[in-house]
Amino acid sequence: MDIYFILEKLLLIVVAFAVTMFFALYETLAERKVAGFMQDRYGPNRAGIFGLLQPVADGAKLFAKEEFIPDTPNKVLFIIGPAISMIVSLLGTSVIPWAKEFHFGDYVFIPQVADVNIAVLVIVAILSMGVYGIVIGGWASNNKFSLLGGIRAGAQMISYEIAMGLSIIALVMMTGTLSLAQITEQQAGMHWNVFFQPLTFLIFLVCAFAECNRTPFDLAECESELVNGHHTEFSSMKMGFYMFSEYVAMFFSSLFMSVLFFGGYNYPGMEWVSANVGVNIANVLGVLSLLAKAVCFIFFFMWIRWTIPRFRYDQLMNLGWKILFPLALFNILLNAILILVFKW
Amino acid sequence: MEDLKNISLSGRKKAVSNKKMTFLESIYLREIVRGLGITIKHFFQKKVTVQYPEQKRPLSPVYRGRHVLMRDEEGRERCTACGMCALACPAEAITMKSAERKPEEEHLYREEKYASVYEINMLRCIFCGLCEEACPKEAIYLTKSQDFVMPTTSREAFVYGKDKLVISLEDAKSKKFGEAFVK
Ligand code: SF4
Ligand code: SF4
Repeated sequence: MDIYFILEKLLLIVVAFAVTMFFALYETLAERKVAGFMQDRYGPNRAGIFGLLQPVADGAKLFAKEEFIPDTPNKVLFIIGPAISMIVSLLGTSVIPWAKEFHFGDYVFIPQVADVNIAVLVIVAILSMGVYGIVIGGWASNNKFSLLGGIRAGAQMISYEIAMGLSIIALVMMTGTLSLAQITEQQAGMHWNVFFQPLTFLIFLVCAFAECNRTPFDLAECESELVNGHHTEFSSMKMGFYMFSEYVAMFFSSLFMSVLFFGGYNYPGMEWVSANVGVNIANVLGVLSLLAKAVCFIFFFMWIRWTIPRFRYDQLMNLGWKILFPLALFNILLNAILILVFKW
Repeated sequence: MEDLKNISLSGRKKAVSNKKMTFLESIYLREIVRGLGITIKHFFQKKVTVQYPEQKRPLSPVYRGRHVLMRDEEGRERCTACGMCALACPAEAITMKSAERKPEEEHLYREEKYASVYEINMLRCIFCGLCEEACPKEAIYLTKSQDFVMPTTSREAFVYGKDKLVISLEDAKSKKFGEAFVK
């Protein structure tokens, strides 16, 4: 392992981190803008042109807020709750393949922090850890509403993780690999998985909403019943971390879905560009196309949020266990038959 | 005779149906897609927001906004410090001090007695307009001016003195503060 390798990876980590943060920052603005536009308003438009400085103002405000720690026996847990949420949602981007290899003379640069061959498993593991931040934070707040929020989040994660895992199994049965880099390469030239596995995609999409704690599955922070759910007692930047980690998780889920189902960095005409214009240019376009797909998904997340009201708790559990779980099982069966009989 | 609970005088009554959802309905997909259609339609619709400081809504004809002390045709202050407005005020918002007009001040004040200090506490005022009705000299008016009582951080700043209340002759003539000057 030479020094260049480590430097390259460090640089990549910093860049990925910066990009994620940038997206999360502007997601907060986009959320309010989209909400406004869908409700026939303009949304924030006073800070900077088109409200572009609004996230900065929000961040400054959060920093300046009073730091409040309730009289809880678990001050340490209270502090690491939001930290876990944030770290876990940031971890995911480490296995995302941003583009094909860049060639600088002899030097080959792989724009993926870690090309682990079980990337999908890694991500599922990371995602399932996300709930710890919420449960710990809710429990350490020493507040009924927070605790209820935490419990709900825990129950919801378990219910939807099963369906999510099963839908991924169906996908992996077809791709035959758990490496995201290989999954992306298989989808080159519009062989996007979503065309072959629409049902898997649908199940995965619903579960992704539940994993990100987004409406209609945001029962953990259900304002109308639980004040603010697991982060009722949090103020200042700790509250900011919870909020931010939700947006980071949303960005990451969007990336993940783009990679799994929508061809990752592949775009129509990639071979042509890479043969005629240059490999590196084609790769830069690839990064952009991946980000563009992610942006579409982020918009979709918001679109859904401002369309569908929150589920009732029993409806949520019904949907998870009685519909999605059997549907995911059936999906596996269906795929198995297709693969066996038709050599899909 | 018709059952009472089936009668709807407005014709808008809707019976509640508790029918069980079919499978298609219970996976919600169709309705979700319909809902998405509605929201995206609104996304591109014209916005109803009034961008306040730049755009202003017209005030209603009976609007009673912040007060002005009016001048007469020659630009002299009309108020004679009779205190009728202060007496009429239900919110005890008005205070004043009177002074006698000197001969060389005839171009400034219409009456022999005038208000040397005239203050309205805008935090107390309920904009009822009784001061306007009480005034025998038609000096005080509640206007439709668009410069409202602006929020500040100190209570003292809400006590408007003559510097803010008395308007210039041009403003009085321009009808910027309403039709009051004609009288
Ligand atoms: S509007 Fe009413 S409350 Fe206000 S100063 Fe006049 S009389 Fe008093
Ligand atoms: S404003 Fe009118 S009522 Fe009030 S003191 Fe002056 S003249 Fe009298």
